[in-house]
Amino acid sequence: MKTQNSTFVELDTPHEVKSKSSAFNEHEVIHELKHYLPAQAPLKDFVHHNTLHAFQKLKFLDALGEASELFGYKVLLSLDEYRTLYKSQRIREEVITKVITEQKGAAAKNEWTEKLLTKVYENAATPRIGSLRSNWKRHYQVDLDSLVHPILFRILCSYLDQGISMWNFPVWHKGFLPSVKEMERNSFTSFFRTKRAKNLLLNGNYAINDLLKILIGDESLYEQYLFDQQFAHPGWSGMVSTIENQPETLLDQKKISLHDLITFELLLEIDALDSQFGQNWSPLNHKLKDKPVELFSKVHKSELHEVLSLWQQAFEWSYYDEVLAGIQAPTKKEKELDEKSFQAMFCIDDRECSLRRYLEKFDPTCETFGTPGFFGVEFFFRPEHGKFHTKLCPAPVTPKFLIKEVGTRNKRKKDIHFTKPTHSLFRGWLITHTLGFWSALRLFINIFKPSMSPAAASSFRHMDKYAQLTIENKNPGHREHDLQVGFTIDEMAIRVEGLLKSIGLVKDFAPIVYVVGHGSSSVNNPHYAAYDCGACSGRAGSVNARVICFMANHPKVREILAGKGIVIPEQTQFVGGLHDTTRDEIVFFDEDSLSDKNKNSHVKHEELFAKVLDYNSKERSRRFESIDTKLSPAKIHDKIRRRSVSLFEPRPELNHATNALCVVGRRELSKGLFLDRRSFMNSFNYKVDPEGQYLFNILKAAAPVCGGINLEYFFSRVDNQKLGAGTKLPHNVMGLFGVANGIDGDLRPGLPSQMIEVHDPVRLLIIVEHFPDIVLRTIQKAPETYEWFINEWVNLVTVNPETRELSVFKEGAFHPYETLQKTVKAIADVAPLIESHQQNIPVHVLS
Amino acid sequence: MTSILNFFILLPFIGYIVSLLIPAKQETFISRVAFFTTGLHLAVAIGFLGWWLFNGHATLNIKDIALFQSPGYEFFVDFYFDKITAMYLFVGSFLTFLVTIYSRAYLHREAGYKRFFNTVLFFYLGYNIVIFSGNLETLFIGWEILGIASFLLIAFYRDRYLPVKNAVKIFSIYRIADIGIILAMWLSHHLWHENITYLKLNNYTLVDAQLQTHSLVGVFISLMILISAAAKSAQFPFSSWLPRAMEGPTPSSAIFYGSLSVHLGVFLLLRTFPFWEHQLSVRILIGVVGLITSIIATGIARVQSSVKSQIAYASIAQIGLIFIEVAAGLETLALFHFAGNAFLRTYQLLVSPSVVSYLIREQFYNFVPREHTFEDSLPKKIEYTFYMLCLKEWNLDSFMYRYLWNPLKWAGKKLGFLTLQRALFFFIPAYLLGVFFLYNEEVLPASIHEQLPIVFALIGLIMVLKSFTERKRARLSWSLVIMNHFWVALAVSFNEHFSYNHTVLYLSGITIAGVVGFICLRTLKTLEGSIGLDQFHGHSYKHRGIALIFLLACLGLSGFPITPTFIGEDLIFSHIHEDQALLALFISLSFIIDGLAIIRIYARVFLGPHVKSIYEMAYRSS
Repeated sequence: MKTQNSTFVELDTPHEVKSKSSAFNEHEVIHELKHYLPAQAPLKDFVHHNTLHAFQKLKFLDALGEASELFGYKVLLSLDEYRTLYKSQRIREEVITKVITEQKGAAAKNEWTEKLLTKVYENAATPRIGSLRSNWKRHYQVDLDSLVHPILFRILCSYLDQGISMWNFPVWHKGFLPSVKEMERNSFTSFFRTKRAKNLLLNGNYAINDLLKILIGDESLYEQYLFDQQFAHPGWSGMVSTIENQPETLLDQKKISLHDLITFELLLEIDALDSQFGQNWSPLNHKLKDKPVELFSKVHKSELHEVLSLWQQAFEWSYYDEVLAGIQAPTKKEKELDEKSFQAMFCIDDRECSLRRYLEKFDPTCETFGTPGFFGVEFFFRPEHGKFHTKLCPAPVTPKFLIKEVGTRNKRKKDIHFTKPTHSLFRGWLITHTLGFWSALRLFINIFKPSMSPAAASSFRHMDKYAQLTIENKNPGHREHDLQVGFTIDEMAIRVEGLLKSIGLVKDFAPIVYVVGHGSSSVNNPHYAAYDCGACSGRAGSVNARVICFMANHPKVREILAGKGIVIPEQTQFVGGLHDTTRDEIVFFDEDSLSDKNKNSHVKHEELFAKVLDYNSKERSRRFESIDTKLSPAKIHDKIRRRSVSLFEPRPELNHATNALCVVGRRELSKGLFLDRRSFMNSFNYKVDPEGQYLFNILKAAAPVCGGINLEYFFSRVDNQKLGAGTKLPHNVMGLFGVANGIDGDLRPGLPSQMIEVHDPVRLLIIVEHFPDIVLRTIQKAPETYEWFINEWVNLVTVNPETRELSVFKEGAFHPYETLQKTVKAIADVAPLIESHQQNIPVHVLS
Repeated sequence: MTSILNFFILLPFIGYIVSLLIPAKQETFISRVAFFTTGLHLAVAIGFLGWWLFNGHATLNIKDIALFQSPGYEFFVDFYFDKITAMYLFVGSFLTFLVTIYSRAYLHREAGYKRFFNTVLFFYLGYNIVIFSGNLETLFIGWEILGIASFLLIAFYRDRYLPVKNAVKIFSIYRIADIGIILAMWLSHHLWHENITYLKLNNYTLVDAQLQTHSLVGVFISLMILISAAAKSAQFPFSSWLPRAMEGPTPSSAIFYGSLSVHLGVFLLLRTFPFWEHQLSVRILIGVVGLITSIIATGIARVQSSVKSQIAYASIAQIGLIFIEVAAGLETLALFHFAGNAFLRTYQLLVSPSVVSYLIREQFYNFVPREHTFEDSLPKKIEYTFYMLCLKEWNLDSFMYRYLWNPLKWAGKKLGFLTLQRALFFFIPAYLLGVFFLYNEEVLPASIHEQLPIVFALIGLIMVLKSFTERKRARLSWSLVIMNHFWVALAVSFNEHFSYNHTVLYLSGITIAGVVGFICLRTLKTLEGSIGLDQFHGHSYKHRGIALIFLLACLGLSGFPITPTFIGEDLIFSHIHEDQALLALFISLSFIIDGLAIIRIYARVFLGPHVKSIYEMAYRSS
């Protein structure tokens, strides 16, 4: 953190400043709107992303100030929260001093310290969004939201519905607006209350421009009005926009566009006003005395925001500093192992952090690695009897391959409680008299003895353990659904080489290499996809683990690899597995193909895994109020399993909550540290990749994926109402793609409070073990990756692999960093530590 | 053994009071109290039910305490137990116990943990009073408790707009149900010249003899009961409130709106069955209401695309069938249908979040691009029309507005000229004049005297209309409600000569609650500046204490059974003659609007998004 000029860089508004006289350009405005609306996909495809992605062109803290002023988001913790953190010494005084001195200059130190610690600030002014549209209420005494929203949401939800309703929207194949039009034309009733709006629709006179002319009158206000209108229900607008962009995200595809939504909403607004005043009302601009502040006009920095920004940096660096001190702390040198019992690859996911630590503790001869959980193989997966295929790789990638499941023995169980006859009249009558009493018993059992049911989302059900997969492609002509079925030998070799080189595993192979994906199981949880593997587009990673193992075990693939210098001994075998992060269970695949020798050691390893999972669940349990962490690991594990299938448990696991770090380097870098499950860990060996070729691929994925997860948690935590989904307890499932409160509400994107309440909002710190100049060159290779770093949406530190010196990336260059904290506490056993309390635990060195 | 009936009321009452006293931070303690209260209740209920079944399952009745006695009038609490109570007790006890356990973990760390369990126990107290009640008066006590508890549960997320709006909406429907019962009580008092117990209603000869001579009164009472039952059980035309009640945490929606609360209309019908059993027209009407409801609600359920509203309408449709069963005299079938429906819907609502993973998986394996439904074979125009009507819920939601609240608002707006000064300027002299005439009746000609009650009741009604539609000043609105009660007292005083005590009894609670409430509003106004009624202010966010006291004042002012006004209200009605339909109409109408005006003040001032916090407040539409 080198001293920077104390004034901030002049802000550009993210929106190009347009000349005042510019005409309303419908296409451009809708494009802008789509940019700012929430981009969350339907529930089944929930993938974490930066909630404020629209502001990523700006520096993080400036962007936050702007987002807050424009849209009324709370973007940081409150002043009181920071001050409380300071009192409890979670924010350290020396760090505050350092941050202030660097940014405001030594001279202003006292002044700003006082501002941070004691000055009283009034609540900020009202946000700009909504200020124009609120004039309907002020000057016309009409509440357009109440008149328009309920019917609008209802029609939208029914049109997009994926399978809740028994009687679907009767016209669907023409797109949203034409369908509504068709129904309006041919019906004895109407969605509209009055004639005019209906006729506008039927006669085709519904260009957005013309409708706005009736409503607003003044062209210079159109854009702002549309922003106000759509941001009165960002949930629905965002969903429509997302479905317009990726129609394939709905299994039952629906044609809809934001343009259609806006047009229909404008018609409904005209209709609502007509129903109140007849047709004799003047457009909004007639009653408008002065124009509201333009939405995208320049934002002036408030002192409060500056104070909060300083606090935030002090908060972050109080933690970072402690971590970096830990990284530099001398740990006992481990001698190179001659004989490794096994090697195991896990996802970079922060939830695997402690599992790996326990594995290494109970079997010091093993070696673990972390890499994104799709293991470098990208494809669509089609389960047997499935009508669709699902993408199993990071969401932005579009694979060309298809893996099919054959010979499954899984039978899907039914649960009549979710079926439609219960809602019909006569069958419903019979069902209430019979099944009704069965429900009472089921409820009783579910409360006193929860167990896995068809209602639950189970990671192990993602793929049948005993089914076969079509992985090898022997004939490139073998295609289905425009995808190549399986991979050719060459394609396999490329992927295996890529994976092994990126994690630095190119020699010294152990007899068994486990590749363990992860997934989760939960019940009564509409956000289940958010708990699965993000690198597999919100699915379990079991298929990927099996596929990469098949490839790495293939003799012809090994032949090619050997040609490239990666010699995998014949006795080495790759075994796929799946870790259920909620239940802390592991299942392995294709163990039958193990050699006898390996089979014997695998049996031993399974025992080790069982023990490690017990301990892992014990460590996780410290965050759960209902479990006594002092109990034995086995007992706690039982409770953890039970928890995952309990209907009444809104926190089956805490997912990525508390995530704050991403370590990219050899395991030695963090092996001796207790990081409290707060770190993503990507294995990487600078020696294997001196030029940063593989590092580029790692960072290209880590910044948006880990950074996206981190920022979604960040924003859902600081403003759980507007940027998060609020408490999940009253949520109601809408059309199977979203949740809302009650039956008439807006959709609630973001994370529910139960997922983020223990999260500390700090930006992700990526720690890379490589030379600063190489890293700098690497991150600058792709502008979209560089944006994450240069605009500080994630922080970046390098550790010199030879000297362990630290450098911080700031304003486009690396600057040396000395930790303020000089010593790190050491402990021999983590058990007393995790039993002590529920809050975050500082970094410790494991001695 | 009969005295055990008291236990079933006393236990939730004690549990409720204890739960109020525990500090909000003590989650475990609070949930334990709820657990033991409902658990013990269930255990004793099961034991008692077993004993009762094996000992001839006789009907039990216990006349508890007379709360008020005067010549020709007695207000007493009466408890009753028969197979209807038995079934409602079992279902209620069982589900409440399970949902209490469910909520213990489910609500962990939720702001309002204590408030939730307080309200649940309060609700449960009301439920037990209703199902054990032996006369309409006792039932009414429980009925009122249920109304308030429902309001509080629906508005559980009180800092969001929609829950509060919907809570007020539902309260207004419940208010209609309340007045149905008040009017039924009023006329049945005249019919029997006592507060008749259900036990006596079972006496066929007695009922028959009375109804022979007063058939019109009989039909009217039955109609009032039907209105109350239909409103409470979300039957046509009141159906649209039920899905809108699903605003609280899922378990509370599941148990109250999925099962217990919504079946109380059925309970009322089952209870009063002996009374209208021989009124064929009434039975047909009940059956028709049930039939219309089940057809319309099934259609609406078919188009619902949100899981909770689908369950709500499916449940309403089944309750429609139960109405038919009750009308047909199939009591046992109706009871089992109630139990099955209650269990099924509670469970369906509790597992409703699972619907995403379950149905998406089903869809993944069994997707058919578009399933053919029977409606597809209809002519397109008919199909579209029905679909659109069902999607719009047959306009049932706007129906209430259009035909009930909007005319009232329209009338209220005509009274815009009434300011606080003008109201006082008119009220005090006019009222004093009224009081003067009351003590000097001889100066009035008989013809004028006869009209005075109606005139005064009308003035009272105007007061409360103005109060209900006042857009700005909360204190004016509040004062007008108080005035209304004074006018009603005056009106009735002219009607009949009765003990001065009755008026005192009636006005005592009003006065105290009125003053307390006024002070609350004034304090708040000094602290916060504007408290205009044209928007929600959410002041409970910062002023929890004032909010609580004001809520109590609201309860007192609306005749809730915490002050003697509750008995006073009933008493006042007993002084309205059965041929004074207009007077009864005016007074009952002002009671309906009173309640609405009061709850509106409370909601606008104390609930909704906090007016001074821009951040950390949800979108209005969410």
